[in-house]
Amino acid sequence: MTILQERTQAADETANPPMRRNASITPYLFLVPYFVLFAGFMLLPAIYGLWISLHDWDYLLPGKPFVGLDNYQALFDPASAVFDFFWQSMQATGIFTVASVPLLLVVPLAVALLINRKFPGRTFFRAVYFAPYVLGVAVIGVLWRFLLDPNLGAVNAVLGTTTPWTTDLPWAWISLVGVTVWWTLGFNAVIYLAGLQDIPRELYEAARIDGGGKWAEFRHVTLPGLRPVLLFVVINTVLNSANMFGQAYLITQGAPGVETRTAIMYIAQTGLRDFKMGSAAAMSYLLTIALLLISLIIFRLFRTKD
Amino acid sequence: MSRVRGIAWYTVLLGLSLIFIAPLVWMLLTSIKTPGEATQVPPTLFPQKITTEAYGTLFEAGSQTPVLRWFLNSLLAATGQAVLVLIVASMAAYPLARMQFRGKNLLFGMILATLFVPIFTLIIPNFLIIDRLGWLDTLWALIVPGAASAFGVFFLRQFFESLPRELEEAAVLEGANSWQVFTKVILPLSKPALATLGLISFLTNWNDFIWPIYVLFSPTSFTLPPGLGILQGAYTINYPVVMAGAAIASIPALLLFVLAQRYIIEGVSRSGLKG
Repeated sequence: MTILQERTQAADETANPPMRRNASITPYLFLVPYFVLFAGFMLLPAIYGLWISLHDWDYLLPGKPFVGLDNYQALFDPASAVFDFFWQSMQATGIFTVASVPLLLVVPLAVALLINRKFPGRTFFRAVYFAPYVLGVAVIGVLWRFLLDPNLGAVNAVLGTTTPWTTDLPWAWISLVGVTVWWTLGFNAVIYLAGLQDIPRELYEAARIDGGGKWAEFRHVTLPGLRPVLLFVVINTVLNSANMFGQAYLITQGAPGVETRTAIMYIAQTGLRDFKMGSAAAMSYLLTIALLLISLIIFRLFRTKD
Repeated sequence: MSRVRGIAWYTVLLGLSLIFIAPLVWMLLTSIKTPGEATQVPPTLFPQKITTEAYGTLFEAGSQTPVLRWFLNSLLAATGQAVLVLIVASMAAYPLARMQFRGKNLLFGMILATLFVPIFTLIIPNFLIIDRLGWLDTLWALIVPGAASAFGVFFLRQFFESLPRELEEAAVLEGANSWQVFTKVILPLSKPALATLGLISFLTNWNDFIWPIYVLFSPTSFTLPPGLGILQGAYTINYPVVMAGAAIASIPALLLFVLAQRYIIEGVSRSGLKG
């Protein structure tokens, strides 16, 4: 660097406090530690995964021949060994998502509306409804496996039934969806609640003066007011449901046959148990693309409504 | 609100609470029953004979299921990752919130984009990377990869942006460099946000299930969540032991939640709102 450049830079720095001073490398230095991790465990694996998906990548074998798009083609070829199992697992994921998302959008909203008023003990109730969410899926899984046990479980004892909650359809689905709603309801409810509190009071007063009833108030003030929050809740809930794994792994173990084995469960099994990583990587990319498309569609839906 | 409606409404709230709490109470009560009583039909609510036998079995020396070891592993992994997240995320969030520089929007956009990529896509290549690094079956596998938390950077950036500029300018006029501004002005002002992120990171890692069940192999390197899976398999007929294990895994999380409820809930709702 020439002396002149150094001087102009020094002059710049004194003339422009905080915001513009950083034509230097300082901001990049601050970012280095994070980006080392980001590059190593986000970017690199994303690219590496694509590479793997183009190979017949068996972890246990020395040779990993390049096979181009074969792994992807196999997923669309009814004659291939993976076709049935893969689409069966995608269907399981689909069933779970379609069944759980509407409940996880509506029930938490009802709960949030219930505790939206100011009353003594509100913080307590909010904490109680949120509590199961702070427990991990492992705890939730072994606990409900026991509660739902067809012979010894408390659920059948309380209801006085002998329902095969974990071993037969549609009960296994009802169990998985029910447990998930119980477990994660508090998360969405808390976000709705924060959104509700951001809606200006005056809007409700205006609606009241216009003579709208409770329902009109809900439709014309509450719902539009929740729109920004709703976008987050919808995307987050869809992605989480589509990534369901632990509940089925621990509660139904895929039962009755492989009907409740979700896509993530099957991918994990293929890649990390049977070590067919090329095929598993191809599946995970297909699933990711599907989810990104769904996220895009949701974004669009929210935008055109404006 | 009329009195009758008020009562009806509290009844609904309490009824709901019961649904959320009862399974957890059942877990604790079962853990202090005898194996015979736990599988009795119809079940008893309160134990006829209170016993700590199940906990004894878990903490027995030389057991096939070293729960104490799992507990310590969980504690180390969760604390280690929370500390790492706080360091790297706060350092990254500072320039993203408070400085202008070339490529800023691109970098931040890249970080944000990863919030929409299902983490599972990366699990297979990450498994191979961890293998290359020689970290399979060690706690490093649990601590380091997850610390590339896009959520952490995003969350802290939002908070840093809300801090007043005057303090920073005053420090600069007194001759402070960027590092001093960061450590002496920004971080002290951000204690609530840092505490919230630390807690959320800790809980997330404490509860992580899918990643540890695949990168850890030997019983001594397990954390509690994969350990519970083993307990369920090993003691299928001894439910008090399984429930005692579940209680050991949930009590620290629940305690932390009760103590820091406001931070956790606010952190969660804030991250959703500004998303």
